[in-house]
Amino acid sequence: MKKLALLITASLLSAPVLAEKVAITGGKIFTLAEQGTLDSGTVLMTDGRIDRVITGTEVPQGYRVIDASGKVVTPGLVGSMTSLGLVEVSSSAGVVDSSVESTPITRTGAALDVSYAVNPDSSLLGVTRIEGMTSAATSVTYTDNLFYGQGAVITLSGDAPVLKPRAFMVVNVGESGANDTGGTRAALWVTLENALAEAAAADSDLSPTQDWHGLNTRADVKALKAVLSGDMPLIMEADRAADIRQVIAFKKRHNNINVVLMHGVEAWRVASELADADIPVILDPEYNLPGGFDQMGATLANAARLEAAGVTVAVGMDTHNIRLATQHAGNAVANGLSYEGGLASLTSAPAAILGIDDQLGSLAPGKRADVVIWSGDPLEVTQVAEQVFINGEAIEMRSRQTRLRDRYLAVQEEQARRPTHYVRPD
Amino acid sequence: MNHSTSRLSLALACLFSVALTGCASSQGSKEEQAAKVSVDPNPYPSTYTPIAGETTVITNATVLDGVGNKYENAMVHFADGKIVAVGEDLEIPENAKVIDAKGQWVTPGIIDNHSHLGVYPSPATRSHNDGNEITDPVTAEVWAEHSVWPQDPGFGRALAGGVTTLQILPGSANLFGGRSVVLKNVPDRTMQDMKFPDAPYGMKMACGENPKRVYGEKGGPSTRMGNVAGYRQAWSDAQDYMRKWERYEKEYADGKNPKAPKRDLQLETLAGVLKGDILVHMHCYRADEMTVMMDVMQEFDYQIGTFHHAVESYKIADKLKENNVCSAMWADWWGFKLEAYDGIRENIPAVHEAGACAIVHSDSDLGIQRLNQEAAKAWSDGKRAGLDIPMAEAWQWLSANPAKSLGVFDKTGSLEAGKQADLVLWNGNPFSTYTKAARVYIDGGLAYSLDDDDSWPVSDFELGQVGEGDVK
Repeated sequence: MKKLALLITASLLSAPVLAEKVAITGGKIFTLAEQGTLDSGTVLMTDGRIDRVITGTEVPQGYRVIDASGKVVTPGLVGSMTSLGLVEVSSSAGVVDSSVESTPITRTGAALDVSYAVNPDSSLLGVTRIEGMTSAATSVTYTDNLFYGQGAVITLSGDAPVLKPRAFMVVNVGESGANDTGGTRAALWVTLENALAEAAAADSDLSPTQDWHGLNTRADVKALKAVLSGDMPLIMEADRAADIRQVIAFKKRHNNINVVLMHGVEAWRVASELADADIPVILDPEYNLPGGFDQMGATLANAARLEAAGVTVAVGMDTHNIRLATQHAGNAVANGLSYEGGLASLTSAPAAILGIDDQLGSLAPGKRADVVIWSGDPLEVTQVAEQVFINGEAIEMRSRQTRLRDRYLAVQEEQARRPTHYVRPD
Repeated sequence: MNHSTSRLSLALACLFSVALTGCASSQGSKEEQAAKVSVDPNPYPSTYTPIAGETTVITNATVLDGVGNKYENAMVHFADGKIVAVGEDLEIPENAKVIDAKGQWVTPGIIDNHSHLGVYPSPATRSHNDGNEITDPVTAEVWAEHSVWPQDPGFGRALAGGVTTLQILPGSANLFGGRSVVLKNVPDRTMQDMKFPDAPYGMKMACGENPKRVYGEKGGPSTRMGNVAGYRQAWSDAQDYMRKWERYEKEYADGKNPKAPKRDLQLETLAGVLKGDILVHMHCYRADEMTVMMDVMQEFDYQIGTFHHAVESYKIADKLKENNVCSAMWADWWGFKLEAYDGIRENIPAVHEAGACAIVHSDSDLGIQRLNQEAAKAWSDGKRAGLDIPMAEAWQWLSANPAKSLGVFDKTGSLEAGKQADLVLWNGNPFSTYTKAARVYIDGGLAYSLDDDDSWPVSDFELGQVGEGDVK
């Protein structure tokens, strides 16, 4: 009973103010949906959902109007791959829930579940959301296990950050994965295939008393069932063309599995095969150096060539500075990606990849009202998010960083200096 | 100094002294002086040869001269490797190549004073891990130039981003990491072929977390107070070493025959700093730590040239100005460790606005490729916070100020007449994501041209491999 009461309170807290109707008018609207781009339009939102997007600025009655004339309006950005909410300070300071050491609950790593670990008060969420990113995939990023566990999709505002727990699974099938699996791809792929085959063959509800001596633990098996059914995307990290061809062959062997390629430095070399296999790619478009022998083909043209072949491209892999995904996408556009492709790589593409495009990544009726008003072109380094809406609410455009800035700007302006700890800027 | 001459004269002096010594011993005289021992300050001289250029006049360009001026529809004239003039109405010499740069911008070449290209090159394998001599907290005796791998593909990528000069630093594991080297970004066969002629040496130092993390369980320092004790002891040792040499010099000058002190390569570099010949580049994040270091600087009477990373410079911009110390900063990196937790986007413009020396640096093989975008972010973030700095002034963060930090501003870093013709022709406003370097000139030679793929550098490592000569 007590538990139930708590749940009800939590859901009330996370709900937007009831019957709040907001209209964002006059902006150039990129819907990233069927409506395409409106040179001057209005986004209508009610109770945290998009009602609809209309041409022009005539607002139906009952809406609070926010003028966005001369501005650009987009869906809130979706971070393709981060550890947001799991990490405060990466090195020597904590909190770090994105790094896994050996633990008995898992042998292949599949069972791990970061949805328990997300801290909505992390300063990173505040720093990130005021720059237009409203949701993100969050995952373990360091492990010796085969799988990185079950990642989650989170919203960057509110006390109940997890939008979709157990949303995806990551596996590295490149150099790093091989290093953690006997030091060779010859062991890596056999391990991966056997882990999946074992999960497929196991009873769907392995009882705790049942004898079990698997490559996976019971909890791993349970997680992998969702991968095998295609409900949980399997995000496979690889760079060299030969490894990516293995990913494509894997997809052919396991038609049900929802395969995504991540990093994919040489993906452009097998672009049409990726398109044929319907495998989308999450990548860093600025990566153009041979950081190792698996990345000899690194090029700034990667994103553009993939797009030209018909591959869905998502951009944005980082944690503290995932906010710079707009710059990364802009540089992809500077190197041949279409402008719409650049915006899609930050919104509709990651939403589709993560299986949450029914809620996020576009401005269309019924979608979650995560909306950003930009000072101008979001991909331009000199432009910024001026107002961000998350779940229909205009968020406070302040963060720990803006507080530090304002304190020290005030300190510089003051004639008679006070001890800084007493300076509390407005 | 003309190095080949100085080396020759040293050799001659030795020959002469051998003859004298021989003469002295044969006569058994105790009054004769042995040859004076002196140290060659430049044993690895530059062999850099500029790419041949031609007399060129760029016309119709928007020009930032790097010292605060912006010209519209302007001309830039360079010849014989040097800037001749910048202006709105210049006479075009008969033999000049004329480039119509309508819609394009010209700036001084970008100077990155914090790079590890060549010492942490691509591929980033263990066998290439040559940037940190992690064997002792004080390794002032090592020189980054002896680790530089000139085949690092990163040099060519940085060139495509408009970087014409860069400083290669040792890493930040040690209190004293060793000497840096300044390079012209013309990728070539050897480090000496890239070495910036007559640039002073720098020395890397590091504050804070890195040294104590690396040495905490290896005999120390394990705390920040341990770090400071380490700097102070080393400076004291260097002072002692200098006194020994001064005594030797004096006794020799007095006609005595003193025994020269044993050379100590570590203390030699530290003494070089105390004498003002070697510039200090200190990795330091926190405002309070930078302030402690400026106290240590006063105590031992040396100059810290530049704090690198300097994530909290905005908190003490007034003190940095007062002490004449530059800050080399990122636009927006933060939080990867606790000493970087207070990073803000307005750090660079705040330092500039306070009248202190602000520099945009990379410390990254990717970041170095678009330092103009880093400056653009800082410039626009400053503007929104009320720090309205003209673009023409902001470009000092990319060229003039790093040139000062490296002690080469008399040679490069602006488009002033007589300076080396290190400049970039951008295909638009460089304060934009979409703009690229169309042409990069170093000492007047065309080192990179966006529309000529034959001009794109290909390192030995990439030759014959997948991706050779591709869009980079």
